[in-house]
Amino acid sequence: MNSHSNMHSTVHSLSGGMPQFFLGLFFILALVFYILAVVLSNKRYQPWPVKRTILWLFGILFAAASLLGPIAERAHTNFTAHMVGHLLLGMLAPLLMALASPMALLLRTLPVAKARNLTRLLKSWPSRMYTNPVIASLLNIGGLWLLYTTPLYSLMHESMWIYVLIHLHIFVAGYLFTVSMIYIDPVSHRTPFLYRAIVLTIALAGHGILSKYIYAHPPVGVPQYQAELGSMIMYYGGDVIDCAIIFMLCLQWYRSTRPRATVSANSTAN
Amino acid sequence: MAVMNNKQQTNQSHYSKRNVWSGFLFGVGIAAFIDEVVFHLILQWHHFYDKSTLHIGLLSDGIFHAFGWFATIGGSFLLADVNRRHAFAPVKWWGGVLIGLGGFQLYDGTVHHKVMQLHQIRYVDNLIIYDLVWNILAIIMLLIGLFLVFKTRSRLQPVGSVTDEQP
Repeated sequence: MNSHSNMHSTVHSLSGGMPQFFLGLFFILALVFYILAVVLSNKRYQPWPVKRTILWLFGILFAAASLLGPIAERAHTNFTAHMVGHLLLGMLAPLLMALASPMALLLRTLPVAKARNLTRLLKSWPSRMYTNPVIASLLNIGGLWLLYTTPLYSLMHESMWIYVLIHLHIFVAGYLFTVSMIYIDPVSHRTPFLYRAIVLTIALAGHGILSKYIYAHPPVGVPQYQAELGSMIMYYGGDVIDCAIIFMLCLQWYRSTRPRATVSANSTAN
Repeated sequence: MAVMNNKQQTNQSHYSKRNVWSGFLFGVGIAAFIDEVVFHLILQWHHFYDKSTLHIGLLSDGIFHAFGWFATIGGSFLLADVNRRHAFAPVKWWGGVLIGLGGFQLYDGTVHHKVMQLHQIRYVDNLIIYDLVWNILAIIMLLIGLFLVFKTRSRLQPVGSVTDEQP
Protein backbone atom coordinates (compact mmCIF):
# COMPACT_ATOMS: atom_id res chain seq x y z
CA MET A 1 0.00 0.00 0.00
CA ASN A 2 2.83 2.28 0.99
CA SER A 3 4.75 1.77 -2.23
CA HIS A 4 1.55 2.23 -4.15
CA SER A 5 0.70 5.62 -2.68
CA ASN A 6 4.34 6.56 -2.96
CA MET A 7 4.32 5.79 -6.63
CA HIS A 8 1.18 7.81 -6.98
CA SER A 9 2.68 10.95 -5.49
CA THR A 10 5.93 10.75 -7.48
CA VAL A 11 4.00 10.22 -10.62
CA HIS A 12 1.63 13.03 -9.94
CA SER A 13 4.47 15.49 -10.11
CA LEU A 14 5.55 13.97 -13.43
CA SER A 15 2.18 13.67 -15.00
CA GLY A 16 1.73 17.37 -15.64
CA GLY A 17 4.59 17.80 -17.90
CA MET A 18 7.95 16.96 -19.29
CA PRO A 19 7.77 13.30 -20.37
CA GLN A 20 4.41 13.78 -22.00
CA PHE A 21 5.69 16.91 -23.67
CA PHE A 22 8.74 15.20 -25.21
CA LEU A 23 6.84 12.16 -26.36
CA GLY A 24 3.88 14.18 -27.56
CA LEU A 25 6.20 16.49 -29.52
CA PHE A 26 7.72 13.49 -31.29
CA PHE A 27 4.35 12.38 -32.60
CA ILE A 28 3.04 15.86 -33.38
CA LEU A 29 6.17 16.52 -35.48
CA ALA A 30 5.69 13.15 -37.20
CA LEU A 31 2.17 14.21 -38.18
CA VAL A 32 3.20 17.70 -39.33
CA PHE A 33 6.10 16.39 -41.44
CA TYR A 34 3.96 13.68 -43.02
CA ILE A 35 1.27 16.14 -44.11
CA LEU A 36 3.91 18.62 -45.29
CA ALA A 37 5.55 15.87 -47.37
CA VAL A 38 2.20 14.91 -48.90
CA VAL A 39 1.46 18.52 -49.88
CA LEU A 40 4.95 19.13 -51.30
CA SER A 41 5.28 15.88 -53.24
CA ASN A 42 1.76 16.13 -54.66
CA LYS A 43 2.94 19.15 -56.63
CA ARG A 44 5.38 17.01 -58.59
CA TYR A 45 3.85 13.54 -58.62
CA GLN A 46 0.47 11.82 -58.67
CA PRO A 47 -1.59 12.52 -55.55
CA TRP A 48 -0.45 10.51 -52.55
CA PRO A 49 -3.29 8.07 -51.61
CA VAL A 50 -5.60 9.73 -49.07
CA LYS A 51 -6.02 6.30 -47.42
CA ARG A 52 -2.38 6.41 -46.33
CA THR A 53 -2.65 9.86 -44.81
CA ILE A 54 -5.69 8.66 -42.85
CA LEU A 55 -3.79 5.58 -41.64
CA TRP A 56 -0.93 7.81 -40.49
CA LEU A 57 -3.34 10.18 -38.75
CA PHE A 58 -5.02 7.35 -36.84
CA GLY A 59 -1.64 5.85 -35.97
CA ILE A 60 -0.59 9.19 -34.47
CA LEU A 61 -3.93 9.56 -32.66
CA PHE A 62 -3.67 6.12 -31.03
CA ALA A 63 -0.05 6.76 -30.03
CA ALA A 64 -1.05 10.14 -28.60
CA ALA A 65 -3.99 8.61 -26.74
CA SER A 66 -1.56 6.29 -24.96
CA LEU A 67 0.70 9.20 -23.92
CA LEU A 68 -1.70 12.05 -23.22
CA GLY A 69 -5.20 12.19 -21.79
CA PRO A 70 -7.16 9.85 -19.54
CA ILE A 71 -5.47 6.53 -20.45
CA ALA A 72 -2.01 8.01 -19.86
CA GLU A 73 -3.09 9.60 -16.58
CA ARG A 74 -4.49 6.35 -15.26
CA ALA A 75 -1.57 4.29 -16.63
CA HIS A 76 0.74 5.74 -13.99
CA THR A 77 -1.15 4.07 -11.18
CA ASN A 78 -3.22 1.44 -12.92
CA PHE A 79 -1.56 -1.52 -14.64
CA THR A 80 -4.67 -2.34 -16.66
CA ALA A 81 -4.69 1.16 -18.18
CA HIS A 82 -0.93 0.86 -18.73
CA MET A 83 -1.55 -2.31 -20.75
CA VAL A 84 -4.20 -0.65 -22.91
CA GLY A 85 -1.69 2.13 -23.57
CA HIS A 86 1.01 -0.44 -24.36
CA LEU A 87 -1.24 -2.10 -26.97
CA LEU A 88 -1.95 1.26 -28.61
CA LEU A 89 1.62 2.57 -28.55
CA GLY A 90 3.55 -0.64 -29.20
CA MET A 91 1.25 -2.52 -31.56
CA LEU A 92 -1.67 -0.63 -33.10
CA ALA A 93 0.04 2.72 -33.79
CA PRO A 94 3.14 1.09 -35.37
CA LEU A 95 0.96 -1.12 -37.57
CA LEU A 96 -1.17 1.79 -38.85
CA MET A 97 1.88 3.98 -39.35
CA ALA A 98 3.78 1.24 -41.20
CA LEU A 99 0.77 0.79 -43.49
CA ALA A 100 0.97 4.53 -44.26
CA SER A 101 4.31 3.87 -46.01
CA PRO A 102 6.26 6.87 -44.65
CA MET A 103 9.58 5.87 -46.24
CA ALA A 104 8.16 5.84 -49.77
CA LEU A 105 6.63 9.25 -49.09
CA LEU A 106 9.93 10.61 -47.82
CA LEU A 107 11.79 9.22 -50.84
CA ARG A 108 9.49 10.93 -53.31
CA THR A 109 9.53 14.21 -51.37
CA LEU A 110 13.32 14.56 -51.10
CA PRO A 111 15.43 15.88 -53.99
CA VAL A 112 16.93 13.01 -55.99
CA ALA A 113 20.46 13.34 -54.57
CA LYS A 114 19.21 13.31 -51.01
CA ALA A 115 16.81 10.46 -51.76
CA ARG A 116 19.80 8.46 -53.01
CA ASN A 117 21.58 9.10 -49.75
CA LEU A 118 18.53 7.92 -47.86
CA THR A 119 18.40 4.76 -49.97
CA ARG A 120 22.05 4.16 -49.16
CA LEU A 121 21.24 4.62 -45.49
CA LEU A 122 18.39 2.12 -45.75
CA LYS A 123 20.74 -0.39 -47.34
CA SER A 124 23.47 0.10 -44.75
CA TRP A 125 24.28 -2.63 -42.25
CA PRO A 126 22.71 -0.97 -39.20
CA SER A 127 19.46 -0.54 -41.07
CA ARG A 128 19.60 -4.15 -42.24
CA MET A 129 20.29 -5.27 -38.71
CA TYR A 130 17.44 -3.40 -37.06
CA THR A 131 14.90 -4.52 -39.65
CA ASN A 132 16.00 -8.14 -39.54
CA PRO A 133 13.00 -10.14 -38.27
CA VAL A 134 14.99 -11.89 -35.53
CA ILE A 135 16.68 -8.73 -34.22
CA ALA A 136 13.46 -6.70 -34.40
CA SER A 137 11.59 -9.47 -32.53
CA LEU A 138 14.27 -9.61 -29.85
CA LEU A 139 14.14 -5.82 -29.42
CA ASN A 140 10.36 -5.86 -29.24
CA ILE A 141 9.49 -8.98 -27.23
CA GLY A 142 12.81 -9.14 -25.35
CA GLY A 143 12.33 -5.51 -24.30
CA LEU A 144 8.91 -6.34 -22.89
CA TRP A 145 10.27 -9.30 -20.93
CA LEU A 146 12.88 -6.98 -19.42
CA LEU A 147 10.29 -4.35 -18.59
CA TYR A 148 7.79 -6.61 -16.87
CA THR A 149 10.00 -9.21 -15.19
CA THR A 150 12.64 -6.90 -13.69
CA PRO A 151 12.38 -3.83 -11.40
CA LEU A 152 12.47 -1.71 -14.55
CA TYR A 153 8.69 -1.33 -14.44
CA SER A 154 8.70 0.38 -11.03
CA LEU A 155 11.85 2.39 -11.91
CA MET A 156 10.00 3.72 -14.93
CA HIS A 157 7.53 5.48 -12.66
CA GLU A 158 10.26 7.15 -10.65
CA SER A 159 12.52 8.54 -13.36
CA MET A 160 11.27 10.80 -16.09
CA TRP A 161 14.06 9.84 -18.47
CA ILE A 162 13.52 6.13 -18.04
CA TYR A 163 9.85 6.76 -18.67
CA VAL A 164 10.55 8.63 -21.92
CA LEU A 165 13.16 6.11 -23.10
CA ILE A 166 10.97 3.10 -22.41
CA HIS A 167 7.97 4.57 -24.18
CA LEU A 168 10.06 5.55 -27.18
CA HIS A 169 11.54 2.07 -27.20
CA ILE A 170 8.10 0.43 -27.08
CA PHE A 171 7.00 2.43 -30.10
CA VAL A 172 10.21 2.16 -32.14
CA ALA A 173 10.64 -1.55 -31.46
CA GLY A 174 6.98 -2.12 -32.35
CA TYR A 175 7.49 -0.22 -35.61
CA LEU A 176 10.69 -2.09 -36.55
CA PHE A 177 8.96 -5.38 -35.74
CA THR A 178 6.04 -4.53 -38.01
CA VAL A 179 8.18 -3.41 -40.96
CA SER A 180 10.45 -6.43 -40.60
CA MET A 181 7.42 -8.72 -41.09
CA ILE A 182 5.26 -6.99 -43.70
CA TYR A 183 6.70 -5.12 -46.65
CA ILE A 184 4.77 -1.93 -47.35
CA ASP A 185 7.68 0.47 -47.80
CA PRO A 186 10.55 -0.21 -50.20
CA VAL A 187 12.77 -2.88 -48.63
CA SER A 188 16.20 -3.60 -50.04
CA HIS A 189 16.90 -6.78 -48.13
CA ARG A 190 13.84 -9.00 -48.19
CA THR A 191 13.77 -12.27 -46.30
CA PRO A 192 11.77 -15.33 -47.43
CA PHE A 193 8.12 -15.65 -46.47
CA LEU A 194 8.53 -18.87 -44.50
CA TYR A 195 11.39 -17.40 -42.47
CA ARG A 196 9.27 -14.39 -41.49
CA ALA A 197 6.30 -16.65 -40.76
CA ILE A 198 8.34 -18.80 -38.36
CA VAL A 199 9.97 -15.84 -36.60
CA LEU A 200 6.60 -14.09 -36.30
CA THR A 201 5.00 -17.18 -34.75
CA ILE A 202 7.81 -17.50 -32.19
CA ALA A 203 7.63 -13.78 -31.38
CA LEU A 204 3.87 -13.93 -30.90
CA ALA A 205 4.31 -16.97 -28.69
CA GLY A 206 6.81 -14.95 -26.62
CA HIS A 207 4.20 -12.21 -26.26
CA GLY A 208 1.48 -14.67 -25.20
CA ILE A 209 3.74 -16.46 -22.73
CA LEU A 210 4.76 -13.15 -21.16
CA SER A 211 1.08 -12.22 -20.78
CA LYS A 212 0.38 -15.41 -18.86
CA TYR A 213 3.56 -15.00 -16.84
CA ILE A 214 2.41 -11.53 -15.73
CA TYR A 215 -0.92 -13.06 -14.68
CA ALA A 216 0.88 -15.27 -12.20
CA HIS A 217 3.83 -13.01 -11.35
CA PRO A 218 2.76 -9.33 -11.33
CA PRO A 219 5.53 -6.72 -11.69
CA VAL A 220 6.64 -5.13 -8.41
CA GLY A 221 4.03 -2.74 -7.04
CA VAL A 222 1.18 -4.01 -9.20
CA PRO A 223 -1.87 -5.43 -7.36
CA GLN A 224 -2.92 -8.96 -8.32
CA TYR A 225 -6.34 -8.04 -9.78
CA GLN A 226 -4.83 -5.35 -12.05
CA ALA A 227 -2.15 -7.76 -13.22
CA GLU A 228 -4.77 -10.40 -14.06
CA LEU A 229 -6.94 -8.04 -16.08
CA GLY A 230 -3.91 -6.38 -17.71
CA SER A 231 -2.49 -9.76 -18.62
CA MET A 232 -5.69 -10.82 -20.35
CA ILE A 233 -5.87 -7.50 -22.22
CA MET A 234 -2.29 -8.05 -23.38
CA TYR A 235 -3.06 -11.65 -24.42
CA TYR A 236 -6.32 -11.16 -26.30
CA GLY A 237 -5.71 -7.57 -27.44
CA GLY A 238 -2.34 -8.69 -28.78
CA ASP A 239 -4.09 -11.48 -30.66
CA VAL A 240 -6.34 -9.07 -32.53
CA ILE A 241 -3.42 -6.97 -33.81
CA ASP A 242 -1.26 -10.06 -34.44
CA CYS A 243 -4.03 -11.42 -36.65
CA ALA A 244 -3.90 -8.25 -38.73
CA ILE A 245 -0.12 -8.66 -39.19
CA ILE A 246 -0.49 -12.37 -40.05
CA PHE A 247 -3.24 -11.50 -42.53
CA MET A 248 -1.09 -8.87 -44.26
CA LEU A 249 1.88 -11.26 -44.40
CA CYS A 250 -0.22 -14.07 -45.91
CA LEU A 251 -1.87 -11.66 -48.35
CA GLN A 252 1.57 -10.60 -49.58
CA TRP A 253 2.50 -14.25 -50.08
CA TYR A 254 -0.78 -14.86 -51.91
CA ARG A 255 -0.14 -11.96 -54.29
CA SER A 256 3.50 -12.83 -54.91
CA THR A 257 2.71 -16.45 -55.89
CA ARG A 258 -0.02 -15.47 -58.34
CA PRO A 259 0.04 -18.16 -61.07
CA ARG A 260 0.79 -15.99 -64.12
CA ALA A 261 1.49 -18.88 -66.50
CA THR A 262 -1.68 -20.73 -65.52
CA VAL A 263 -3.85 -17.69 -66.01
CA SER A 264 -2.59 -17.12 -69.55
CA ALA A 265 -2.92 -20.84 -70.37
CA ASN A 266 -6.53 -20.76 -69.19
CA SER A 267 -7.40 -17.66 -71.14
CA THR A 268 -6.08 -19.21 -74.38
CA ALA A 269 -7.94 -22.47 -73.65
CA ASN A 270 -11.16 -20.57 -73.16
CA MET B 1 -15.41 -28.93 -70.73
CA ALA B 2 -13.66 -32.27 -70.93
CA VAL B 3 -10.39 -30.43 -71.37
CA MET B 4 -11.17 -28.36 -68.32
CA ASN B 5 -11.92 -31.45 -66.24
CA ASN B 6 -8.73 -33.05 -67.36
CA LYS B 7 -6.82 -29.93 -66.48
CA GLN B 8 -8.53 -29.76 -63.14
CA GLN B 9 -7.47 -33.32 -62.40
CA THR B 10 -3.84 -32.69 -63.35
CA ASN B 11 -3.84 -29.59 -61.18
CA GLN B 12 -5.39 -31.53 -58.32
CA SER B 13 -2.66 -34.13 -58.47
CA HIS B 14 0.04 -31.44 -58.75
CA TYR B 15 -1.32 -29.62 -55.75
CA SER B 16 -2.61 -32.60 -53.77
CA LYS B 17 -0.12 -31.92 -50.99
CA ARG B 18 -1.11 -28.28 -50.86
CA ASN B 19 -4.76 -29.37 -50.46
CA VAL B 20 -3.86 -31.53 -47.49
CA TRP B 21 -1.62 -28.85 -45.97
CA SER B 22 -4.29 -26.20 -46.38
CA GLY B 23 -6.87 -28.46 -44.70
CA PHE B 24 -4.45 -29.50 -41.97
CA LEU B 25 -3.50 -25.93 -41.07
CA PHE B 26 -7.11 -24.86 -41.19
CA GLY B 27 -8.08 -27.79 -38.94
CA VAL B 28 -5.40 -26.96 -36.37
CA GLY B 29 -6.47 -23.33 -36.45
CA ILE B 30 -10.15 -24.14 -36.00
CA ALA B 31 -9.37 -26.49 -33.11
CA ALA B 32 -7.30 -23.78 -31.41
CA PHE B 33 -10.01 -21.21 -32.11
CA ILE B 34 -12.81 -23.40 -30.68
CA ASP B 35 -10.64 -24.16 -27.65
CA GLU B 36 -10.03 -20.46 -27.03
CA VAL B 37 -13.48 -19.06 -27.79
CA VAL B 38 -15.82 -21.85 -26.66
CA PHE B 39 -13.96 -23.50 -23.78
CA HIS B 40 -12.00 -20.50 -22.42
CA LEU B 41 -14.21 -17.49 -23.09
CA ILE B 42 -17.83 -18.67 -23.44
CA LEU B 43 -18.13 -21.77 -21.24
CA GLN B 44 -15.17 -20.74 -19.06
CA TRP B 45 -14.41 -24.41 -18.34
CA HIS B 46 -10.71 -23.95 -19.11
CA HIS B 47 -8.69 -21.62 -16.92
CA PHE B 48 -6.49 -18.84 -18.34
CA TYR B 49 -3.77 -19.90 -15.92
CA ASP B 50 -3.48 -22.91 -13.65
CA LYS B 51 -0.98 -22.83 -10.80
CA SER B 52 0.04 -26.45 -11.42
CA THR B 53 1.22 -25.66 -14.97
CA LEU B 54 4.78 -26.70 -15.72
CA HIS B 55 7.03 -24.10 -17.40
CA ILE B 56 7.24 -26.25 -20.49
CA GLY B 57 3.44 -26.22 -20.57
CA LEU B 58 3.34 -22.44 -20.73
CA LEU B 59 5.89 -22.55 -23.57
CA SER B 60 3.97 -25.17 -25.54
CA ASP B 61 0.67 -23.35 -24.98
CA GLY B 62 2.17 -20.07 -26.18
CA ILE B 63 3.60 -21.61 -29.33
CA PHE B 64 0.40 -23.47 -30.19
CA HIS B 65 -1.71 -20.41 -29.49
CA ALA B 66 0.39 -18.26 -31.84
CA PHE B 67 0.60 -21.04 -34.41
CA GLY B 68 -3.19 -21.48 -34.23
CA TRP B 69 -3.81 -17.98 -35.56
CA PHE B 70 -1.19 -18.42 -38.24
CA ALA B 71 -2.65 -21.78 -39.21
CA THR B 72 -6.21 -20.47 -39.59
CA ILE B 73 -5.21 -17.49 -41.73
CA GLY B 74 -2.40 -19.24 -43.63
CA GLY B 75 -4.61 -22.29 -44.27
CA SER B 76 -7.35 -20.07 -45.69
CA PHE B 77 -4.91 -18.36 -48.05
CA LEU B 78 -3.57 -21.76 -49.18
CA LEU B 79 -7.17 -22.80 -49.88
CA ALA B 80 -7.70 -19.64 -51.94
CA ASP B 81 -4.46 -20.48 -53.75
CA VAL B 82 -5.41 -24.05 -54.75
CA ASN B 83 -8.83 -22.76 -55.71
CA ARG B 84 -7.49 -20.10 -58.10
CA ARG B 85 -5.31 -22.84 -59.66
CA HIS B 86 -8.46 -24.92 -60.21
CA ALA B 87 -6.89 -27.58 -58.02
CA PHE B 88 -9.27 -27.77 -55.07
CA ALA B 89 -9.81 -31.40 -54.05
CA PRO B 90 -12.59 -31.33 -51.42
CA VAL B 91 -12.15 -34.84 -50.00
CA LYS B 92 -8.44 -34.39 -49.58
CA TRP B 93 -8.96 -30.97 -48.03
CA TRP B 94 -11.52 -32.26 -45.54
CA GLY B 95 -9.18 -35.15 -44.75
CA GLY B 96 -6.54 -32.57 -43.90
CA VAL B 97 -9.00 -30.60 -41.77
CA LEU B 98 -9.92 -33.69 -39.74
CA ILE B 99 -6.26 -34.64 -39.25
CA GLY B 100 -5.53 -31.12 -38.02
CA LEU B 101 -8.58 -30.97 -35.75
CA GLY B 102 -8.08 -34.44 -34.31
CA GLY B 103 -4.32 -34.14 -34.06
CA PHE B 104 -4.41 -30.85 -32.19
CA GLN B 105 -7.23 -31.98 -29.90
CA LEU B 106 -5.39 -35.20 -29.06
CA TYR B 107 -2.17 -33.29 -28.32
CA ASP B 108 -4.12 -30.78 -26.24
CA GLY B 109 -6.04 -33.52 -24.40
CA THR B 110 -3.02 -35.68 -23.60
CA VAL B 111 0.17 -33.61 -23.53
CA HIS B 112 -1.24 -30.20 -22.56
CA HIS B 113 -3.91 -31.26 -20.09
CA LYS B 114 -2.35 -34.38 -18.61
CA VAL B 115 1.44 -34.26 -18.97
CA MET B 116 2.01 -30.51 -18.68
CA GLN B 117 -1.00 -29.81 -16.43
CA LEU B 118 -1.83 -26.66 -18.38
CA HIS B 119 -5.41 -26.71 -17.19
CA GLN B 120 -8.15 -29.34 -17.07
CA ILE B 121 -11.08 -29.60 -19.46
CA ARG B 122 -13.44 -28.72 -16.65
CA TYR B 123 -12.89 -28.37 -12.93
CA VAL B 124 -15.31 -31.09 -11.74
CA ASP B 125 -15.16 -34.47 -9.94
CA ASN B 126 -15.79 -36.85 -12.81
CA LEU B 127 -13.09 -35.30 -15.00
CA ILE B 128 -12.17 -38.71 -16.42
CA ILE B 129 -15.39 -38.78 -18.47
CA TYR B 130 -14.55 -35.40 -20.03
CA ASP B 131 -11.03 -36.60 -20.75
CA LEU B 132 -12.28 -39.80 -22.39
CA VAL B 133 -14.88 -38.05 -24.58
CA TRP B 134 -12.35 -35.36 -25.56
CA ASN B 135 -9.59 -37.77 -26.55
CA ILE B 136 -11.74 -40.48 -28.15
CA LEU B 137 -13.41 -37.83 -30.31
CA ALA B 138 -9.97 -36.60 -31.26
CA ILE B 139 -8.83 -40.09 -32.25
CA ILE B 140 -11.97 -40.68 -34.33
CA MET B 141 -11.47 -37.40 -36.24
CA LEU B 142 -7.80 -38.19 -36.76
CA LEU B 143 -8.57 -41.68 -38.10
CA ILE B 144 -11.31 -40.47 -40.47
CA GLY B 145 -8.96 -37.73 -41.71
CA LEU B 146 -6.14 -40.19 -42.33
CA PHE B 147 -8.56 -42.54 -44.08
CA LEU B 148 -9.80 -39.78 -46.43
CA VAL B 149 -6.30 -38.60 -47.31
CA PHE B 150 -5.09 -42.16 -47.82
CA LYS B 151 -8.12 -43.14 -49.90
CA THR B 152 -7.82 -40.21 -52.30
CA ARG B 153 -4.10 -40.70 -52.61
CA SER B 154 -4.28 -43.75 -54.87
CA ARG B 155 -7.08 -42.27 -56.98
CA LEU B 156 -5.50 -38.91 -57.70
CA GLN B 157 -1.90 -39.96 -57.95
CA PRO B 158 -1.45 -42.61 -60.61
CA VAL B 159 1.73 -44.61 -60.14
CA GLY B 160 4.72 -42.92 -61.71
CA SER B 161 3.18 -39.44 -61.99
CA VAL B 162 5.21 -36.46 -60.96
CA THR B 163 3.52 -34.84 -57.98
CA ASP B 164 6.12 -32.56 -56.54
CA GLU B 165 6.34 -30.21 -59.47
CA GLN B 166 6.92 -26.66 -58.39
CA PRO B 167 4.31 -24.05 -59.28
